[in-house]
Amino acid sequence: MLQFIARRLLAIVPVLAIVAVLVFLLLRLTPGDPAAILAGDAASSEQIEAIRRTLGLERPLPVQFGIWLGQMLQGDLGESYYYKVRVTELIAQRLEPTFSLAALTIVIAVLVSVPLGTLAAWRFGGWFDRLLMAFSVFGFSVPVFVLGYVLVWLVSLKLGWLPVQGYKRLGDGFWPYLEHLVLPAVTLSVIYIALLARVTRASVLEALGEDYIRTARAKGLGESRVLVFHALANAAVPIATVIGIGIALLVGGVVVTESVYAIPGLGRLTVDAVLARDFPTIQGLILFFSLVYVAVNLVVDLSYVFFDPRIRY
Amino acid sequence: MTLKRSLAAIAVTAGLLGAFGVPAARAETVLTVVPHSNLAILDPIWTTAYMSRNHGYMIYDTLFGTDEASRIQPQMVEKWTVSKDKKVYDFKLRPGLGFHDGAPVTGEDVVASLARWGARDAMGGALMSFVDKMEATGADAFRISLKEPCGFVLEALGKPSSNVPFIMPKRIAETPPDKQITEYVGSGPYMLVKDEFKPGDKAVYVKNPKYRPRKEKTSGTAGGKNVYVDKVVWNLALRDPQAQVSALVNNEVDIIESLAFDHFETVSKEKGVTVYKPKIGLQYMCRFNHLHAPFDNAKVRRAVLAAFDQRPFLKAQVGVDGLYKPCASIFTCGTPYGVSTGSEIQSKSNMKKAQGLVKASGYDGTPVVLMKPTDLHAIGKLPDVAAQLMRQAGLKVDLQAMDWQTLVSRRAKKDAPKDGGWNMFCTAWVSPDIWNPVNNAALPARGAATPWFGWPEDARLEELRAAFMRETDDKKKIALAGEVQKRAFEVATHAPLGEYTQPAAARKSVSGFAAAAHGLANTYWGIGKK
Repeated sequence: MLQFIARRLLAIVPVLAIVAVLVFLLLRLTPGDPAAILAGDAASSEQIEAIRRTLGLERPLPVQFGIWLGQMLQGDLGESYYYKVRVTELIAQRLEPTFSLAALTIVIAVLVSVPLGTLAAWRFGGWFDRLLMAFSVFGFSVPVFVLGYVLVWLVSLKLGWLPVQGYKRLGDGFWPYLEHLVLPAVTLSVIYIALLARVTRASVLEALGEDYIRTARAKGLGESRVLVFHALANAAVPIATVIGIGIALLVGGVVVTESVYAIPGLGRLTVDAVLARDFPTIQGLILFFSLVYVAVNLVVDLSYVFFDPRIRY
Repeated sequence: MTLKRSLAAIAVTAGLLGAFGVPAARAETVLTVVPHSNLAILDPIWTTAYMSRNHGYMIYDTLFGTDEASRIQPQMVEKWTVSKDKKVYDFKLRPGLGFHDGAPVTGEDVVASLARWGARDAMGGALMSFVDKMEATGADAFRISLKEPCGFVLEALGKPSSNVPFIMPKRIAETPPDKQITEYVGSGPYMLVKDEFKPGDKAVYVKNPKYRPRKEKTSGTAGGKNVYVDKVVWNLALRDPQAQVSALVNNEVDIIESLAFDHFETVSKEKGVTVYKPKIGLQYMCRFNHLHAPFDNAKVRRAVLAAFDQRPFLKAQVGVDGLYKPCASIFTCGTPYGVSTGSEIQSKSNMKKAQGLVKASGYDGTPVVLMKPTDLHAIGKLPDVAAQLMRQAGLKVDLQAMDWQTLVSRRAKKDAPKDGGWNMFCTAWVSPDIWNPVNNAALPARGAATPWFGWPEDARLEELRAAFMRETDDKKKIALAGEVQKRAFEVATHAPLGEYTQPAAARKSVSGFAAAAHGLANTYWGIGKK
């Protein structure tokens, strides 16, 4: 097991190196000049050129890459062109909102979808199963921003239960923190509920057809014990995989939700950085997201051992 | 003590406190504002970005301001004199001006600030070309000596939009102009709470308790900058227009600085909200690239002017009656230089004339590369209308869609369109940025040396602009502005597309916003909150 973890950790190095080279080159190939954006609308060509020199953008690409790589090896992701703040500091500022939103979304999604998916598999072909599958299609089909606007209109504007927008840090108190997170998390969780419910249903359905389920029932175990301790436990590996992918996607890809609910998270930072051609920030964020993906995948792989003792590393 | 006695004691104590005028603890008044964009750069001299300018108005003060009638009024300056030969300006500062760090504002601070501003701003640069010497003549006085008379000294010092000559402490103003400042100390009505500034999230300003506003009524960027709230919070994360409106209706924010046109009617009907239309607006324009075919030919450019009609542009882009109007002046209508001299060619679309001019120009079918920003809703529809009208006039148009940031990068390129350059783009300017021949960025005509993109070349236009800069008589300046405009239309430097007002919205609990929504810039003094 330790050897497996060590191998996986070592594999992070080439993954990050490839990501670093690719992101660096891709950014330089895309149109757009950070200096022109920084200078403002009324700036002259000369002012833009002066800013390019200040940022070192007139240097040859290998030199720029070398400087960035040197900084990165010292744990420094550089300074944002746009905000004049260290990229690590910018990412740190945005971690709490994004992780909080991702965590609550996954908690809601798992708490709702796993029981529903299990029940649907148990009552395969019945009205509950059909209803859940219909909801699942709905969950996949409705764009997040539409759902967000509808929920804001209903829950915030009409019922007055929750705020429309914003984010309160945990340090400002637990209730304000939760109050501002619930609506965006519910909005985001719908698609994950749909996805996880389908995966759970399919996995549990497959498990229910196995011999050990028949054996468990033959032993006289109650249906709930059969479902939870035999069917669901054996169906957990694909469910854990989808949850892992969901976490990784939520950390880097909740741009629309963060925009609709004005949450200053990593997704919003990524969009701002891309629009401003803030190369150091984009590079830092993509490296960070890669790291999150690798870490989440490692945790998911390790969790298989817990769910299925037959798996050995 | 029994309950009755306790209540009696509380009542007596409360009565005594009331009788002796002991004030009850007052809740902090916080004004929450949704600005028109994100604030990233805190140096309003280094960049021309409007958000940085607005930040500047929060924490810095200016020597002069511009009132709602576009007149220059003293602000930090108490009084000033001009020598008979109009070459020496002596200024005395108001007593009691101080920076947030407690240091007094001195003539040396002013001189250093003006020098840095003059090295960055186009109008400031024009002024500096006249300046022989700037010096502090006392702790609270300074002098500007000119090489020759200049007609826009006060207009430059009181210019309300980017770059505004904000006054900073000398040690900060001595930062090289091409480097951003890192310390944000001003003498303005608010102070930045640096620890609470989170780019992309929020910027927080608190009232400067030592600020001494002028006695005059607030007007534009001039007059008394009275602060009636304890704190102003700019919500930088709330950028989705629909979410902004929902937050305003739900009483989570107090002001939306820039209300989307699509929401104008809905928000106007909301009970707890008032919609404001600033008196001073913005002007749309399309800019020609004079370096490359077909717009290196004046006849083709004039053909476009003849083809364009401002109404379809305004209707397509703004679409709300009462928020737009055609305007014949390149200096914006209703301003001191907003004359219509020489504007006949663009006052009404004349497609026959346009087609005739295209034919006479010898146009060879070179496509016009017209850049269209797909992500900037404020100007995104203008290129569609421009393309249609140019096609009707007989030009081939290559309408290229891109994001705004790609456009601003590409427009700086002088290469031919086939090598990644361009022929035309459309944009919008706030009125104060274009309202005279000195600061209107579309008018300098020095070919490839022209500071702003498009690079027209016309010696006559440059002569007229220079004459305007030297002229000190107001009436003659208006006449010269007319001449500049006439020549600009003759050579077709650009195509003005009419004017519009960017509405703002505020909760009814906010007072004084009618005066604050002047349109010169976004300022937050004179505003109270119940």
